[in-house]
Amino acid sequence: MFGFILRRLGLLIPTFIGVSLVAFFFIRLLPGDPVLLMAGERGISPARYAELMSRFGFDLPLWRQFLSYFNSLLHGDFGTSISTKKPIFTEFFTLFPATLELSFCAVIFAVVLGVPAGVIAAVKRNSWFDHTAMATALVGYSMPIFWWALLLIIVFSGMLGWTPVSGRISLTFFFPKVTGFMLIDSLLSGKAGAFRSAASHLILPTIVLGTIPLAVIARQTRSAMLEVLGEDYIRTAKAKGLSPFRVVAVHALRNALIPVITTIGLQIGVLMAGAILTETIFSWPGIGKWMVDSIFRRDYPAVQGGLVLIALIVMAVNLVVDMLYGLVNPKIRHQR
Amino acid sequence: MTAVSASVRPGRLKEFWRYFSENHGAVAGLVLFVALVIVAVAAPVFAPFDPDQQFRDALLMPPLTRGSEGLFLIGTDALGRDILSRLIFGARFSLFIGVVVVSVSLIGGVIIGMFAGFFRGWIDTVIMRVMDIILAFPSLLLALTLVAILGPGLTNAMIAIAIVAQPHYVRLTRAAVLTERNRDYVTAARVSGAGPLWLMFVTILPNCMAPLIVQAALSFSGAILDAAALGFLGMGAQPPTPEWGTMLAEAREFITRAWWVVTFPGLAILITVLAINLMGDGLRDALDPKLKRS
Repeated sequence: MFGFILRRLGLLIPTFIGVSLVAFFFIRLLPGDPVLLMAGERGISPARYAELMSRFGFDLPLWRQFLSYFNSLLHGDFGTSISTKKPIFTEFFTLFPATLELSFCAVIFAVVLGVPAGVIAAVKRNSWFDHTAMATALVGYSMPIFWWALLLIIVFSGMLGWTPVSGRISLTFFFPKVTGFMLIDSLLSGKAGAFRSAASHLILPTIVLGTIPLAVIARQTRSAMLEVLGEDYIRTAKAKGLSPFRVVAVHALRNALIPVITTIGLQIGVLMAGAILTETIFSWPGIGKWMVDSIFRRDYPAVQGGLVLIALIVMAVNLVVDMLYGLVNPKIRHQR
Repeated sequence: MTAVSASVRPGRLKEFWRYFSENHGAVAGLVLFVALVIVAVAAPVFAPFDPDQQFRDALLMPPLTRGSEGLFLIGTDALGRDILSRLIFGARFSLFIGVVVVSVSLIGGVIIGMFAGFFRGWIDTVIMRVMDIILAFPSLLLALTLVAILGPGLTNAMIAIAIVAQPHYVRLTRAAVLTERNRDYVTAARVSGAGPLWLMFVTILPNCMAPLIVQAALSFSGAILDAAALGFLGMGAQPPTPEWGTMLAEAREFITRAWWVVTFPGLAILITVLAINLMGDGLRDALDPKLKRS
């Protein structure tokens, strides 16, 4: 197992170098001169221009520029945002809890509904439940989530007035930020109604972000379950006289969940892409919205730093999923 | 000999259709898709109005309103344009995006994946690491960033989406080639003097097509969704192009006043993507024996 982890970590090194190369060239490939871009519309004197060129190292050969960029990345320096003048690392991790909270709720939503739906659909194969659930899953899987979000807003915020349209909590609540997770912080604040407000702000974004993972998980659980239910050991368990519930919940589900766990892990990339759209529509102050705003503000250092940090998070999650998979499935562990 | 193995056996198409038509959803998807293609190709015939024509006396008219020029079946938008006509012309863009993105990423991905799987060694290592790098970024984020570099617009959006879709084809082709390259028929072709290019694209490739066709269907719908998402974020096709995602972006501010401007473009995207995914499921069942009957 230790060797397996080491091998996986070893594979990450070239990927990380590649990711930083992509981010490095991102700024260089943009049309226009980076210093003039930073100076903005005011323009800049030739002397100041030369000074900035050498301060940022733009007068050095490209490979030395990359080495110094890579070196600063290794030291945790991801650059400074043009619009806020704050280090990108701090800015990113101030906003990250918002995205994490939303993604976490979306995954819970998808698993809590998707796994039972998939199991029931497999056990009652070809029943009306199976057909309805799988048809719904296919619609969910094909859903343009930005439109889904607008529809939910029209119905639940506009017509029924049940849920707020944007933000994380009503503006009437002020309390210190402890964990960055609004659900926890609002409980800690002890203010009446704060938790309720935070939760109601979460409902629609959670449904929107969780829709595609929900559909994928339901489909995957069903097909994994169908495969396992045909195995000999399930027949043995039934023959022993175990209750049907025990056969399904204990014997079959445990093995069927292995591919499902991988699917859940693979959904992290989907979630990050979905977060870009969901956060933009619901004005959710997370990193997805921050990235889109940075692109529109032409805050390219922020985009560059954000790209590297998001790629690092995706890589870390994939590594954890791989290790979990290796833990439950020895065949993977010993593969080269 | 290789030419014989590459050609389609008679009856194979029939067998494929037997499996495909067993799946009623897939047939429904196919019918819908063909209908969409017909509507897109003959858009001027089906559209009641010019998609860019503004009826200044009929702004934001609800569905089934009769204007002075005729019936607005699903209403008009904020500039008084007939939404149905815009959706019909928009079908052209979505299908065009799907075709271009799938062709570019499929052809590029097959060639790259074929080289990686056939030659192995350092070529394989370099190619697969580059694909890992692309896959480390969430697809929509990478596409957005690429469009930021290239400049917003439909062409650049398609290039960006094709680049993002590429690694899946590379991985699939490589995996298929790895299982095929040591088979006896490949060795036989090699012994009889076939060169590497012939071996790769004439001998091996036809036997790797099944997973690639399934992936092509999946990425066709993915491309339409991504292009619409980019259009929605203002980074894809630019107004007044009647691209469905761009139409949704324009409609956003009228969300509380005019539900139809928001509802129908999204419905068009959903139906198109659903039709293609239904077909994709049918293709997978009919072509991939491993997944058959699951």
